[in-house]
Amino acid sequence: MMSPAKPRLGVFKFASCDGCQLSLLDCEDELLAVAGAVEIAYFLEATRRPLEGEFDLALVEGSISAPEQIEQIHDVRKRSKFVVTIGACATAGGIQALRNWGHEQEYLRVVYAKPEYIQTLATSTPIADHVNVDFELRGCPINKEQLIGVIGAFLVGRRPHVPNHSVCMECKRAGIVCVMVARGVPCLGPVTHAGCGSICPGYDRGCYGCYGPARLPNVTSLARQFQAMRVPLPVIDNMLHTFNAWSPEFRPGAVGNGAGHA
Amino acid sequence: MPDAPTSRTIAVSALARVEGEGAFTIRMRDGQVEGVEFRIFEPPRFYEAFLRGRSAMEVPDITARICGICPVAYQMSSVHAVENIFGITLPPELRALRRLLYCGEWIESHVLHIFMLHVPDFLGYESAVALAQASPENADLVRRALRLKKAGNQIVRLLGGREIHPINVRIGGFYRAPKPEELAALRPELEWGRAMALNAIAWAAKLPFPDFEDDYEFVALRHPNEYPMNEGRLVSNRDLDISAEEYPDHFEEYQVPHSNALQSRRKSLSPGDRGQGEGAYFVGPLARWNLDADKAPASVQEAAAKTGIIFPNRNPFVSVVARALEVLVAVGEALRIIAEYKPPAAPAVEFQPRAGVGHAITEAPRGILYHRYETDSAGMLKNATIIPPTSQNQLQMERDLARLAPELIKLPDEQAKLRAEHAIRNYDPCISCATHFLKFKVEGR
Repeated sequence: MMSPAKPRLGVFKFASCDGCQLSLLDCEDELLAVAGAVEIAYFLEATRRPLEGEFDLALVEGSISAPEQIEQIHDVRKRSKFVVTIGACATAGGIQALRNWGHEQEYLRVVYAKPEYIQTLATSTPIADHVNVDFELRGCPINKEQLIGVIGAFLVGRRPHVPNHSVCMECKRAGIVCVMVARGVPCLGPVTHAGCGSICPGYDRGCYGCYGPARLPNVTSLARQFQAMRVPLPVIDNMLHTFNAWSPEFRPGAVGNGAGHA
Repeated sequence: MPDAPTSRTIAVSALARVEGEGAFTIRMRDGQVEGVEFRIFEPPRFYEAFLRGRSAMEVPDITARICGICPVAYQMSSVHAVENIFGITLPPELRALRRLLYCGEWIESHVLHIFMLHVPDFLGYESAVALAQASPENADLVRRALRLKKAGNQIVRLLGGREIHPINVRIGGFYRAPKPEELAALRPELEWGRAMALNAIAWAAKLPFPDFEDDYEFVALRHPNEYPMNEGRLVSNRDLDISAEEYPDHFEEYQVPHSNALQSRRKSLSPGDRGQGEGAYFVGPLARWNLDADKAPASVQEAAAKTGIIFPNRNPFVSVVARALEVLVAVGEALRIIAEYKPPAAPAVEFQPRAGVGHAITEAPRGILYHRYETDSAGMLKNATIIPPTSQNQLQMERDLARLAPELIKLPDEQAKLRAEHAIRNYDPCISCATHFLKFKVEGR
């Protein structure tokens, strides 16, 4: 007798480094168990299976940065019951969103001798700008334990439990000495979404914001604190404008967030 | 509709089990290859453009994001290039830690490729998961492979803070050096890994290899007294023997209409038009093993001899064995470095930024990775050039497809595609890497 069909999982890639989907293959202890609980129906990095049918859960990596990707993401949405975006590219446009400040034509010219061969959009945008997204998992890269948690939550039909407080909270709980207070190292921990395990302060450096903004971050206050520590405004801008530059909270940069007038 | 008997196109529109998005087309007419295109349609991300105006201190964090599979390679080439500009020399303890970190990445990336991406081709499965589900013995093999991969990842996790996009590498060294007891904790899994790597070599050597030799130019680093990872001169089995600074004099990138990635080739000695595929060269594990096997630990050379495979070897399908040999090199080197570890006086050396140009080549798991940066006196980037291994192998992959074509035309479509894909996966292409770099030059600055 046939056992009941397993939920179908699809893993989709847009503009990205492949690191977030690799997180699934990096679950060395859990991968075969996951493969036993779901049918890995589409995952180009891992299997030759062609794209067909519908998906119970779609994990989407990468940003929308080329014309054909707009059509593709709508197709993924149509085929999928739940769409979960994984990583900073998919949730905030990724570092390639630095072109969004109007540099696309210039970038294209300086990188390619024959720009007419290349088709790109002027912007790199998150998946949620194009289709409805059911859940966004943050991080550059995502935390693989959180990924397993999200897949598990989906399997039992509940909302994933992923805390949205700051790295600063995570860091305090871990008992790490504050790099900013104790050593004067600028740290984005107070405004950055938790999930990494506050590894940067744990390795004696400031957080560089790769998990994107925490819920309701006070970027103004932190930027002013950096100014008081004599961090130049362009440096504060560069700190905010990395892997989650296009997130609404980090996008305005230091001055746009009210720093520079203190 | 089948094609007319005299003409046929074999096309794979979305290449699986590689990193990134690629495709290829082989067009045949009257039994002759009319054209071969290895297409990269991964959209460009413009790293070299947005690196301008960033601090050199940010370079290892930013360039890591070019590739989720080999971020350490990007961190290594970038920090070495910048350190060359700033005149930084690392003390031996920090140099050893950099090599240890690279060992971790070689292990995890190579094991991923051998067992998850490549072996399914040899054994006829769509994926490693399908392979594991086919029999309890296979499941055990995949489980042990995952355990070995994890042993490599544990090194990256300890030294780098996490497996993907590590956070601990900085210009001048590291943010934090590991404690001896933290490193010692890695040893048991690596000791187990040494035995597993030996098994993997013997096992890989028994895979069926199609007869596919050719007169390749293999290119790799060569170091006077170690198997190359972070340093060395760039050599080939022909006339090449150069420093990283001389790389642009001997290699060039050019753009083709069918790909979003620039292709690399050897600079032509004679000007004028070149035939398709001319100037192609071969980088990666097979190139390294062919050129540098004498620098590998004796135990690995013995393991290679026991396989019965003759090295140097000119069959790209044998790359899987070279990759397995390099897993053993990396496991052995990791154990040696851990055993000899003395904590450095400081996790990083002091330095002053300065204006200049710096080059570096390191050996990414899939082949040489060239970086060049130009900084101003404050250490801000004025220019960046990044040439990843896959753009260097791209032309060679096309040449292999062209050479394979007469055989493919005799096969049914599905088999022909599978064989062609297998030939491409010999190179462990990383297509995410291969897109976006390209020559970047600002005029009038």
